[in-house]
Amino acid sequence: MKAKVYITPKEGILDPQGVAIERALPALGFKGVTGVRVGKYIELDLPGGGDAAAEVDKMCKKLLANPIIEDFQFELVPE
Amino acid sequence: MLALPQTEIKTVRFGVVVFPGSNCDADSHDAVGTFTGAEARYLWHKDTQLDGLDCVILPGGFSYGDYLRPGAIARFSPIMKAVGRFAAAGGLVIGICNGFQILLEAGLLPGAMHRNQGLKFVCRLVNLRVENTSMPFTGKYEQGQIIRIPVAHMEGNYFINEAGLAELEDRNQIVVRYCNESGNAAKEANPNGSLGNIAGVCNREGNVFGLMPHPERVCDPLVGGADGRGVFKSIIISVLKNKS
Repeated sequence: MKAKVYITPKEGILDPQGVAIERALPALGFKGVTGVRVGKYIELDLPGGGDAAAEVDKMCKKLLANPIIEDFQFELVPE
Repeated sequence: MLALPQTEIKTVRFGVVVFPGSNCDADSHDAVGTFTGAEARYLWHKDTQLDGLDCVILPGGFSYGDYLRPGAIARFSPIMKAVGRFAAAGGLVIGICNGFQILLEAGLLPGAMHRNQGLKFVCRLVNLRVENTSMPFTGKYEQGQIIRIPVAHMEGNYFINEAGLAELEDRNQIVVRYCNESGNAAKEANPNGSLGNIAGVCNREGNVFGLMPHPERVCDPLVGGADGRGVFKSIIISVLKNKS
């Protein structure tokens, strides 16, 4: 089982990287783009057995994301 | 025969934690060594004992390469369990720069760090206003004193939610703020975009302190200043007071 974890800055929290990218896009001719947010994508191979969703949820809360500033979501992909 | 008064010489003992990637451990160790009555020893991140120590320093650097988030991996080092117990028992813990980030990730201090608003690594002297002098780390400064201490970081943009900020203000947990030369916590004086120009905070009890600027780098006028000495002096005097 593979887990694909997406970590994003919490809504309403300033994302300086997103702002920098948003400002760079018009310079390249991409006008009108808004709401750029930069996050992280993490892939994991899980050992079989157990409640995979519960395990990944715990991993995210304990280590992969910082719940004070980040949200996370994940999908489980059978191999 | 003349009876000399029995005086016990007391030494204040500091421990400096060395994580893989720490790079201000020697500066912190040597800063302590410039004070009479204080000594420092190194602690390895795999150590689990802090016996006999009065103060633990989590130094600056890039523990574990700052992978994932600064401090995110270091907080699971074996020594951090011991540091948590040490703090819970009232021991003094100071986290400088990366050490501050580790204390935040470990939940020993409230809040979190973002990347600097300007997206650049900032390395320069800044002015700080001392907001709280009623704690062991700042007792030797004057309330509102302006001190010059260098910062050197990429992620010092302190964040906490509104309720958390109100609580910090109410409980006087904001210890130092970035300010301009006249002591104003102005926006232009903020090197990283931190909320409320916050440069350092403490826990409710006041025995755990984290700050982004590096007091250990300004402990000798020969290398650019001595404004950081007050932090170490405050700790030493506070510990000696408690021992006597």
